[in-house]
Amino acid sequence: MLKQVLFLLALLVTLGVFTYTTLRLAALFRLTKKTKPIKNIGQRIKRTLAVAFGQTRILRKPVLGMMHALVFWGFCLILIGSLDMLIDGLFGTHRVLQFLGPVYDVIIASGDIFAFLIFLIIIAFLIMRIFMNIRRFSGAEMTHQSHRDANIALTLILLLMLSLLGMNTFYYLESVNSFHGLAGLYPVSKVLSTMFTGFSLTHIHTLHEVNWWTHILLIFIFANYLPYSKHFHVFMSIPNVFLSNLDPLGKLTNMESITKEVKMMLDPNAAFDESTEEEVSRFGVLDAEDVSWKNYLDALACTQCGRCTDVCPANITGKKLSPRKIVMDLRSRMKEKGPGLIKHGKEYTDEKSLIRDYISPEELWACTTCNACARECPININHPALIIDMRRYLVMEESAAPSELNAIFSNIENNGAPWQFSQEDRMAWADDLFMNKKN
Amino acid sequence: MENDRIKIDVPTMADMTAAGQEPEFLLWVGSAGAFDDRYKKVTRAFVKILSWLDINYAVLGTEESSSGDVVRRAGNEMLFQMQALSNIEILNGYGIKKILTCDPHAYNTFLNEYPELGGKYEVIHHTKFLQDLINSGKLSLSQEFFSGQRLTYHDPCYLGRANGEYSAPRLIINTLASDFKEMKRNRSFALCCGAGGGQMFKEAEAGDKEVFIERTEEAVESGADIIVTACPYCMVMMTDGLKYKNLENSKKTYDIAELVALSLGL
Repeated sequence: MLKQVLFLLALLVTLGVFTYTTLRLAALFRLTKKTKPIKNIGQRIKRTLAVAFGQTRILRKPVLGMMHALVFWGFCLILIGSLDMLIDGLFGTHRVLQFLGPVYDVIIASGDIFAFLIFLIIIAFLIMRIFMNIRRFSGAEMTHQSHRDANIALTLILLLMLSLLGMNTFYYLESVNSFHGLAGLYPVSKVLSTMFTGFSLTHIHTLHEVNWWTHILLIFIFANYLPYSKHFHVFMSIPNVFLSNLDPLGKLTNMESITKEVKMMLDPNAAFDESTEEEVSRFGVLDAEDVSWKNYLDALACTQCGRCTDVCPANITGKKLSPRKIVMDLRSRMKEKGPGLIKHGKEYTDEKSLIRDYISPEELWACTTCNACARECPININHPALIIDMRRYLVMEESAAPSELNAIFSNIENNGAPWQFSQEDRMAWADDLFMNKKN
Repeated sequence: MENDRIKIDVPTMADMTAAGQEPEFLLWVGSAGAFDDRYKKVTRAFVKILSWLDINYAVLGTEESSSGDVVRRAGNEMLFQMQALSNIEILNGYGIKKILTCDPHAYNTFLNEYPELGGKYEVIHHTKFLQDLINSGKLSLSQEFFSGQRLTYHDPCYLGRANGEYSAPRLIINTLASDFKEMKRNRSFALCCGAGGGQMFKEAEAGDKEVFIERTEEAVESGADIIVTACPYCMVMMTDGLKYKNLENSKKTYDIAELVALSLGL
């Protein structure tokens, strides 16, 4: 009974903190801009199955991708086992899902194997991060804190797997050495249990309890640590993929507010319905509150893997632009300015902004809009769209484009081409055009 | 061999409409296709192919203006929409249904971005157009002209990653040449030439290297004699890359349309 009370208490604290976090995030999301409604649910489910559950994007790097995919698939399976623990903890039952029979055996056995596999893979990941000099784990945005964050998350997962294996091992020993029946199959833990054959039943029982509690409490801590770390992607990636843009990568969002203005300019007599006009505070993105909710979701879901930056032509050739930094900067800026905006309202300012204090125009102008970053992102983050939105701010609110670009703007306005050629000469290419006769 | 050549008079929409005729395709030449010295050759090559195949097409001529693609990506949404809306007015005025273009950037903006502004057309990039003609047997190419030469293909971002067209250009190359070698980064992994998003018209930001040099080196690594591409920006960049590497005499850059025209002996 005491165990149940303690468990309930721990669960309530976990849920309480989690609710607080969720409400806080919801308030931040309310600061962002709306987009067109989410449609094509069928197509979205298909994409989610492929990209999230099928891990298609991350498998573009086959070896590392497979390592991540195994961790992900293992996590999904182990999660079912955690449900077993949750019910046991609340109701004092023992391995309550065992009524599922052979299904339970399969779930538990694969969880047992995956726990071991994940354990090994996480060690490999830690070695890669700490000892190997991998380009995408470096860069201005990869601060000491980012590296620490990654190592904490990996260590937590390592401990989760260790405690799960411990729990299974001592459960197996206890069941075999006592009169309890054995529920589930333990291909790995069975082997591990041979290391503890001399232990007394009391010892084994205590060790099982210690591992059980360690595992479940780590899950609770992990769940509440994630939203404050780069590993929030554990929660956010799947929704981020589901909600990601279904259009071809080459398509940019149309600014409706501009369409209205341009139509007025082209035809001053056009009827203009004031009532439908939404208040446009500014064109493009200057600061955290100008982004769409989807940009912010991208920022929360980003796990800083750096696959985007690793393929960015500007970054590869030594320019300052790093698509990962753009996304990380948005998250940091929202964390900095968001609370003030919530507290003091829209007019709040801290005399800083996302552009310039976080992201320099130099970074924004280095983008070739090649979409390599967006194509590579394992969870469908769209970096170029955000970069263009910031360019839109610079150009339309500040007229702050590089001078060469200002020159092509005026050329196109004056003669319909980026160069200073007269529109009357647009057919000159066809002069004196001959071809050979057909045979 | 006979020496007399046929003169091609490129038909304009205005003339055809005046004569009560309606072409099947509008050929969108694009600013580079009309003004860039290197890409004018591509436009001319493609028009030769169209004439040779008796395709019923016309161009807008002096009524054509920038598609607005580059200014949109440079952040000037206002100017983009002004260009788009006035282009749409002209295109819709002529009742255009099918647009052919050699420029992946114009292709992308017509295909994906004009519909929201009221311009809905069937948009065909010249690589897909030529592939369809090969597949339907209307265009047959021999491997004679390019025998003994190795070709590689540089994927334009706005044809490949942006719109998923990787196979058409490769099918055409493999039809007219026997030695085709991919670059290390190809298809959706391809490295940009460095010209998109307005970069074509400005100095690059400070860095260790120009993007086009990085890409040219990769093309050269493939051992190709000819670097094939299908985009005006990529053409400029890869051509400049070869010049930078002092390889402009031993290696060439060609657009898919030029390969076909050469192969046909036009």
